Amino acid sequence: MSSNVRFTDFKSDAQPTWCPGCGDFGTMNGMMKALAETGNDPDNTFVVAGIGCSGKIGTYMHSYALHGVHGRALPVGTGVKMANPELEVMVAGGDGDGYSIGAGHFVHAVRRNVDMTYVVMDNRIYGLTKGQFSPTSREDFETSTSPDGTNQQPVNPLALALAAGGTFIAQSFSSDAQRHAEIVQKAIEHDGFGFVNVFSPCVTFNDVDTYDYFRDSLVDLGEEDHDPSDYDAAKDKIMDRDKEYQGVIYQDDSSVGFEQREGIEGPMNDIGDEPPEDMMDLVREFY
Amino acid sequence: MPEDLNWAIGGEAGDGIDSTGKIFAQALSRAGRHVFTSKDFASRIRGGYTAYKIRTSVDRVESVVDRLDILIALTQRTVDENMDELHEGSVIIYDGERTMMSDFEAPEGMIGLDVPLKGLAEEAGGAIVRNIVALGAACEVGDFPIENLDEALQKRFGDKGSSIVDTNKKAARLGAEYVREEYDLDTDYNMETTDEDYVLLNGDEAIGMGALAAGCRFYAGYPITPATDVMQYLVGRIDRYGGKVVQAEDELSAINMALGAARAGARSMTATSGPGIDLMSETFGLIAQTETPLVICDVMRSGPSTGMPTKQEQGDLNMTLYGGHGEIPRFVIAPTTVSECFWKTVEAFNMAEKYQTPVYLVSDLALAVSEQTFSPDTFDMSEVEIDRGNVVDAGGIEDNTNDQGQFTPHAATEDGISPRTFPGVEGGAHMTTGLEHDELGRRTEDTEVRVEQVEKRERKVQTAREREDWSPREFGDPDADTLVVSWGSNEGAIREAMDFLEEDDISIRFLSTPYIFPRADLNEAFEQADDVIVVECNATGQWADVLEHDTLQRVKRINKYTGVRFKADELAQRIKEELGQAAAEEVEAE
Ligand SMILES: Cc1ncc(C[n+]2csc(CCOP(=O)(O)OP(=O)(O)O)c2C)c(N)n1
Ligand code: SF4
Repeated sequence: MSSNVRFTDFKSDAQPTWCPGCGDFGTMNGMMKALAETGNDPDNTFVVAGIGCSGKIGTYMHSYALHGVHGRALPVGTGVKMANPELEVMVAGGDGDGYSIGAGHFVHAVRRNVDMTYVVMDNRIYGLTKGQFSPTSREDFETSTSPDGTNQQPVNPLALALAAGGTFIAQSFSSDAQRHAEIVQKAIEHDGFGFVNVFSPCVTFNDVDTYDYFRDSLVDLGEEDHDPSDYDAAKDKIMDRDKEYQGVIYQDDSSVGFEQREGIEGPMNDIGDEPPEDMMDLVREFY
Repeated sequence: MPEDLNWAIGGEAGDGIDSTGKIFAQALSRAGRHVFTSKDFASRIRGGYTAYKIRTSVDRVESVVDRLDILIALTQRTVDENMDELHEGSVIIYDGERTMMSDFEAPEGMIGLDVPLKGLAEEAGGAIVRNIVALGAACEVGDFPIENLDEALQKRFGDKGSSIVDTNKKAARLGAEYVREEYDLDTDYNMETTDEDYVLLNGDEAIGMGALAAGCRFYAGYPITPATDVMQYLVGRIDRYGGKVVQAEDELSAINMALGAARAGARSMTATSGPGIDLMSETFGLIAQTETPLVICDVMRSGPSTGMPTKQEQGDLNMTLYGGHGEIPRFVIAPTTVSECFWKTVEAFNMAEKYQTPVYLVSDLALAVSEQTFSPDTFDMSEVEIDRGNVVDAGGIEDNTNDQGQFTPHAATEDGISPRTFPGVEGGAHMTTGLEHDELGRRTEDTEVRVEQVEKRERKVQTAREREDWSPREFGDPDADTLVVSWGSNEGAIREAMDFLEEDDISIRFLSTPYIFPRADLNEAFEQADDVIVVECNATGQWADVLEHDTLQRVKRINKYTGVRFKADELAQRIKEELGQAAAEEVEAE
């Protein structure tokens, strides 16, 4: 780790293919900034991403990184962190990636509480496959695959996380650059699973959940007197379907990462080129 | 042909059949006798017929046969299920007091020993030691000194305190005494002991032990019969070496966790059975595309779908050879015996890292649930070598960069093997994607780069073909006219079938092929033989298909898909039939 890392050091020279104005630009900048602010550098950082426009994020950043398959980024991140707890692990994806195909992994990653940061670019639509409804789309949202609305309630990812025993639950808005970076930074600093749902508008396929919509409707918890350690207060905010909140909604300060509770001490790559001497004991067990 | 004795205990699931059988198997192996065990069980926890069978001899035993000499029958059904393996002189130990057995009579020619198992158990200290009374009775029948049981009982019950151990010892002695006093037995059974000390383990345990020896540090899995024992073996033990087992929420998660750990530098593995392999196949492609070293173990069971979860089959060969969309470089290695489960696992880890590919380690239920005795030096750890392949550290980065000074983790090298670096290494930061990518790991749709990368990945297989020894394991007469080829757990049964065939003056050449892909070059062996017979536990002959395709030569097939493994005597018979038929056809042709 070096102290003079700048956030641009996390930028790769690959040219993003996101639509101009896509919320994911802001989401990514905030992530890079937060990584630099927390004293990380590309060589000790591992970014895992899923599939979708959102999933491309790892391909535009510079660090150790893997761009995996749809919905499975969280298990990959878990494996990385378990095998080398010294790495800063950041997992990123979209609402389809994380709450649809990967919903099972989401719940289990939350409850496992591995010390990593999970950033979901929630644009309430499937972007990469060109505009079908997503699990966070509103019930009356008309898309190419829901001409009469979805007739399904959107999932509440924050509630899912809380119910699964989440220890850090936050929400941010990609175009509120400073606030977003600050929230991601807190997630990184959190000892355990830091979950940030980021409103990251899709300017091409979603004309409902737009920049204007979020700008007008978001309530920043920083400006209210919200205490993230207050579970009941957090629950009220999370279950409040009438408002959209920004900020750290819930944080359990006593959280300890899974890998730590499991007693993993260091990188598992150090195995030498011969088995350990006491290995013959393993055979003797079978007498 | 070894002087073997075949013993079994059968009853209802929940009757403690497994642990009783295991105690006896351990006692035999500690007494210097070789042991080969097999299990009949149904996919349920309580109820349903289940049996633990032991074949034992002072010589090595490699398989099961269709014969039972001593049977402890806790239920009438146990006798019914095994009727065709019983013979004149078989001894059946049963408890006439147990209501369901009240009208039991040993079939003609068989010796029924009515032993009040429950009554004697109560005398020893509790009905729960009923099975141990039966064990004692069996020792008496087989002329196996009862003291040999003591250590195994200590091992099994030591944790529960010395009085429990004593109760069990007493129960065994009461069983033996009862038989001695009540029956005037005159059988040929004589289980002599030797000075050897063997270890006893099954295929799943051998895979787990091989993984640890090979430096596996991370295992993620989801329970499934018959692969679960691999995970259960590793839990607790892997921690001693700084590793971890994670029980994932499903197979998709398991393989992705294993992938993450592998990319972070750990030797990493997952194990599952057919249904799990199906779920893993998408990520299997990702592993190949990102050139991540990973061992994926498939302990096959009977399919398709959930099929017969507790039954034997070798039906996943096509899946492991061809599964996954697109074209995927891979290695497929199938251990052929319990000890090979250990050695092939070690090899699988080396192959995975040397060639930066996924490796399928394909085992089967018969290997997984059978325990076998070995001399401890079969697993001589000093023979284990670990080869991590082309790993570069910070100092090596500079030598592996492009014109712009960027690290090239997917460089299209001549041998197809690129430099690999572990996260944390300075200057090595790079992204890899499951999308087609260039030498930097970055997404591309450039046709030239695409072709270059496809060929680069395929080149690894070519390199491995040249650098590794792909010989099959060879047995029998190298000049025989009949060539038998097989894979997986059938090796033992075929080797013993060769002894039976020998009695009829039939000698064969037998090639057991652990390398499914790349495979050994068998062309010459095929050309030399008049008859090639491919033996496998599936209906369609998946290995036979591959071999016919590759050698352009027709083969005969012996297939079994009842859910039960091949038995040595049965196989000898079927090989004879195949050959007899061939001879008959020849005559007709003339
Ligand atoms: C197994 C599988 N199913 C479907 C797809 C196709 N697919 C690619 S991206 C995507 C949806 C992505 O939506 P979201 O996660 O919301 O990301 P966005 O593109 O909106 O950022 C789908 C269905 C796939 N790649 N893999
Ligand atoms: S389609 Fe939507 S989510 Fe995808 S890049 Fe364009 S604006 Fe962003």
